[in-house]
Amino acid sequence: MAQPSAKPTPLLKDELDIVIPTIRNLDFLEMWRPFFEPYHLIIVQDGDPSKIIKVPDGFDYELYNRNDINRILGPKASCISFKDSACRCFGYMVSKKKYIFTIDDDCFVAKDPSGKEINALEQHITNLLSPSTPFFFNTLYDPYRDGADFVRGYPFSLREGVPTAVSHGLWLNIPDYDAPTQLVKPLERNTRYVDAVLTIPKGTLFPMCGMNLAFDRELIGPAMYFGLMGDGQPIGRYDDMWAGWCMKVICDHLGWGVKTGLPYIWHSKASNPFVNLKKEYKGIYWQEELIPFFQSAILPKECTTVQKCYLELSKQVKAKLGKVDPYFLKLADAMVTWIEAWDELNPSGGDSTKLPNSTTK
Amino acid sequence: MSQASIKDIEIDIVIGALHSDLTSFMNEWRPVFSRFHLIIVKDPNLKEELQIPEGFNLDIFTKSDIDQVVGTSAALHFSGYSCRYFGYLISRKKYVISIDDDCIPARDNKGVLVDAVAQHISNLTTPATPFFFNTLYDPYRKGADFVRGYPFSLRSGVTCALSCGLWLNLADHDAPTQALKPMLRNSRYVDAVMTVPARALMPVSGINIGFDREVVGPALFPGLRLAGEGKVRWETVEDIWCGMCVKVVCDHLGLGVKSGLPYVWRKEGGDPIESLRKEWEGVKLMEEVVPFFQSVRLPRSAVTAEECVVEMAATVKERLGPLDPVFARAAEAMVEWVKLWKILGAGSSSTRVQET
Repeated sequence: MAQPSAKPTPLLKDELDIVIPTIRNLDFLEMWRPFFEPYHLIIVQDGDPSKIIKVPDGFDYELYNRNDINRILGPKASCISFKDSACRCFGYMVSKKKYIFTIDDDCFVAKDPSGKEINALEQHITNLLSPSTPFFFNTLYDPYRDGADFVRGYPFSLREGVPTAVSHGLWLNIPDYDAPTQLVKPLERNTRYVDAVLTIPKGTLFPMCGMNLAFDRELIGPAMYFGLMGDGQPIGRYDDMWAGWCMKVICDHLGWGVKTGLPYIWHSKASNPFVNLKKEYKGIYWQEELIPFFQSAILPKECTTVQKCYLELSKQVKAKLGKVDPYFLKLADAMVTWIEAWDELNPSGGDSTKLPNSTTK
Repeated sequence: MSQASIKDIEIDIVIGALHSDLTSFMNEWRPVFSRFHLIIVKDPNLKEELQIPEGFNLDIFTKSDIDQVVGTSAALHFSGYSCRYFGYLISRKKYVISIDDDCIPARDNKGVLVDAVAQHISNLTTPATPFFFNTLYDPYRKGADFVRGYPFSLRSGVTCALSCGLWLNLADHDAPTQALKPMLRNSRYVDAVMTVPARALMPVSGINIGFDREVVGPALFPGLRLAGEGKVRWETVEDIWCGMCVKVVCDHLGLGVKSGLPYVWRKEGGDPIESLRKEWEGVKLMEEVVPFFQSVRLPRSAVTAEECVVEMAATVKERLGPLDPVFARAAEAMVEWVKLWKILGAGSSSTRVQET
């Protein structure tokens, strides 16, 4: 039976890092100050490392520019994208915390229909700390929310749920559309506040957006590689998509859940659709091959850790997607480099959560 | 757009009358129902005469009609909540909407009365997207679209065959939940419709549904009947059973199932503790039923809903029959139902569905 949460959501201020990629400035943090100030920030500065990014006073942070990334990773730095917000995954790698919340620097505090400001971080924490239900769809959405529960017909044996690995938030105002949709509907704004959190069922893929995202780094961190994008690469704006598909296949395999829905943030900036089109162009075609690949990807049961799953996926990427474009051969290698780098920087927690006799339904 | 092209004459509203006095029910729904043809099926166990207000275009069917049309069937029982299936059987329309007789129209967050029929029809006449989850929910709704990363080849969607609505006030919880949380009321109006992904199973509640009868009619039937089946929803699982059949059929045929809007307001009623005293038969059965449906595979040769149901009946008999006689009876009911459907269901339901 789902228990209503009587206790307030814990802050987790010593267990959560906020990872922010930026190439411009961090002015947006002022609006988030009431919610973010207790937390440690990891700023990943993309672009020109000689530019000084000013962090507003009062925040506790560490900042990495490209020189730092090169220094820390050496030759393995090749797996971290340049001139693309995909570089944020470097922040995941160097974090020492259990949870990560990542947000874009053009995302602001949204208001719910009553006019109250939304503490997005608190909602993400609630999502991550309560179970997911990927094996059977609950028509009243998240059964662990106040005022909700499992519906009639929901098997009792599935009501404990499974650990939640990822919490995927949404966006009011500028929705996360691709370039063609932006071109056709330049004025469309998302004004619909959908008051729901739900678990994405096992076996179902989705487009994971990195603008407003939280995850259990100890559980799924190594799978959150945002790929090779940006400078020198044939593709952009598919970093989070790639991570999301790899992550979902692995979560499905290991029996963990992925939630989507609340919280909303206010996305203020519409990027240039023509620029986006150039970046996404190849992705739009390649996607048609990628989706069947991920939908049919099978991980052998010997893959009991995230790293093993990820390395197995990289082999399959090389074998099956190499023929789509040589880019995928490079990407497969980068996936391996990423895991090597992850394990180097995270030695003791290297085997992120082995599962004791797990029976994945 | 497509809603304008769906004429009211293509829609039947089927009401299973478990209460004899339908006056307030019909009057509350009058603004929504009065345009349509209604089929009211009186629960054969109900002794009192039905009271129905004037001003509706309707046909009423009672025990004698059911007996005359169906004959005496050992396997099929159109009593209690299952009386509505008789209405599904004899309807001649493309779309059927069915709502329990203890529900009235809900109001949305702005206080506007929800036209549940219009929303079901909108759900059924816009495509479903079962192969990839859209994080902004229904991409065909005004003000929404597919998000970045959604494959273009999947954006035309598939036919939506079933629309599952929700409930404010008394949500559709089972007896244990209701007994443990007697004050639990659903006041959260979630402004979304979404496609339930392929291969994901869900409990389909019969309280508030709409479906494309031409395409999945044969898959909605009175199959699983509990020994202690009673007159409150949490003493039945008939809808849960055929809901899972329908989902498996839809997944196999490449059709979609949507869940979410519309809401109806479900009135208070029943004593869950009283229900707890009866055996938790339904709850126990679900533990067997869910793994079974998750593993059922239908042959490629089954290309209509009827063929799918017949195949499923055989599998139910073979794999679940030995576990509990209630399943063997369900399998028989499914077979009988398809036979009946072929004779009485107007044949329009054997529409061949293109394999995706």
